[in-house]
Amino acid sequence: MPSVKIPKKSTFVDMTPFVDVAFLILTFFIMATKFKPPEPVEVTTPNSVSTQELPESNALLITIDKEGKVYFTVLSEKDKTIYDEVINTINSSRNLGLTDAEKRNYRKTYMVGVGFGQLKQLLDIPAEQQNNLKQTGIPIDTTGGDLTYWVQAAKSAFAGTRLQYLVKGDNMSKYPVFKNVLGALKKNDVYKYNLITAPEDAPSGTELYEERRRAR
Amino acid sequence: MAQIEDSGGSHKKGPGVKKAKKLSTRVDMTPMVDLGFLLITFFIFTTTMSSPKALNLNMPKDTKNEEELNKAKESGALTIMLGKDNSVYYYEGQLAPDGSNFKSATFATIRDEIINKKKEVMKNHIHDDKCPKIWAENKGDKNSCLDRDFVVVIKPDEDATYKNTVDMLDEMTINNVKRYAMIDITPQELEVVHATEKSLGK
Repeated sequence: MPSVKIPKKSTFVDMTPFVDVAFLILTFFIMATKFKPPEPVEVTTPNSVSTQELPESNALLITIDKEGKVYFTVLSEKDKTIYDEVINTINSSRNLGLTDAEKRNYRKTYMVGVGFGQLKQLLDIPAEQQNNLKQTGIPIDTTGGDLTYWVQAAKSAFAGTRLQYLVKGDNMSKYPVFKNVLGALKKNDVYKYNLITAPEDAPSGTELYEERRRAR
Repeated sequence: MAQIEDSGGSHKKGPGVKKAKKLSTRVDMTPMVDLGFLLITFFIFTTTMSSPKALNLNMPKDTKNEEELNKAKESGALTIMLGKDNSVYYYEGQLAPDGSNFKSATFATIRDEIINKKKEVMKNHIHDDKCPKIWAENKGDKNSCLDRDFVVVIKPDEDATYKNTVDMLDEMTINNVKRYAMIDITPQELEVVHATEKSLGK
């Protein structure tokens, strides 16, 4: 019986264009992105239509996590002696009795989220391992709490330079904590703040949307 | 393609002459694709696309002196209260003692309320002796003082989240509200908010 011969086709697919596409996307991601900075606490910020860039240096960062715990960070890229000044002021004004090694460790400590009582314990831990310690948040109440002293110390250390105050709050944190943070800043005669937000577009049809469209 | 086909041995060679085995130059690209996509996945997860932005917030100095406080015209005031579970409440002017002008809204509808109130204030505006100063600041634009009396007061209560607060401040920028303030909720307002939340089963 004559059988129809089906020609055998190769199942080998040419992958070259696929490789091209993969590496093109890869190149795009490498170019277009920036590495996430190390963050001991995860904070999801709200969105806003603001387009102002954040300062990277000469700023104080107050972080509020989703449980309402408050953390304090001094951002000073160039002048690392600011850190020494801040911790020395805190040490002497609050009589903490920190050793020199502990004070040096503060330079590497990204954020402080403990009360003055546990500060010595936090600074005893090497900076790389501090993330493992469960920080309880800086005690804060309607009168400002410990945060007032941190802001005060940082403000005097930065005296003469322009200092910006950043507040980075989590979506789920409650308003009273935010109000207390502002209270602590107000006690130091600080009335201008920058809230860290994720960018979003102005909703269409609103005044801001029209204004931006005209400007374009 | 990057491949040399075996021509099928067209010329015969003598016995004893071994035919050189021709190997295909075709390379299997599959592992390379795997690697490529693995790296893409890695970069997607470890990087941030958009850098965060700063939202400016200016607060007034706390003052105990009543005379120093900025008085808002009742006709141009819109008070927005933020409560539990993303709820929004508002009233115009003063809160009536019986709470009759107390209304509830959502984050989706509050924008229209702000726009409507702003339009109403602008329509009812009558130029007076304070207006020429505003015109001068805005290159003589006589429309610039129309919303002079429009002021929004934001009052988050203790159940409002930080997101609600920032969203409402953002709404001020979106709707070009020039005068707004964020202050504490009064006990009277808090009572009405709680009563409303209770009736809604929150």
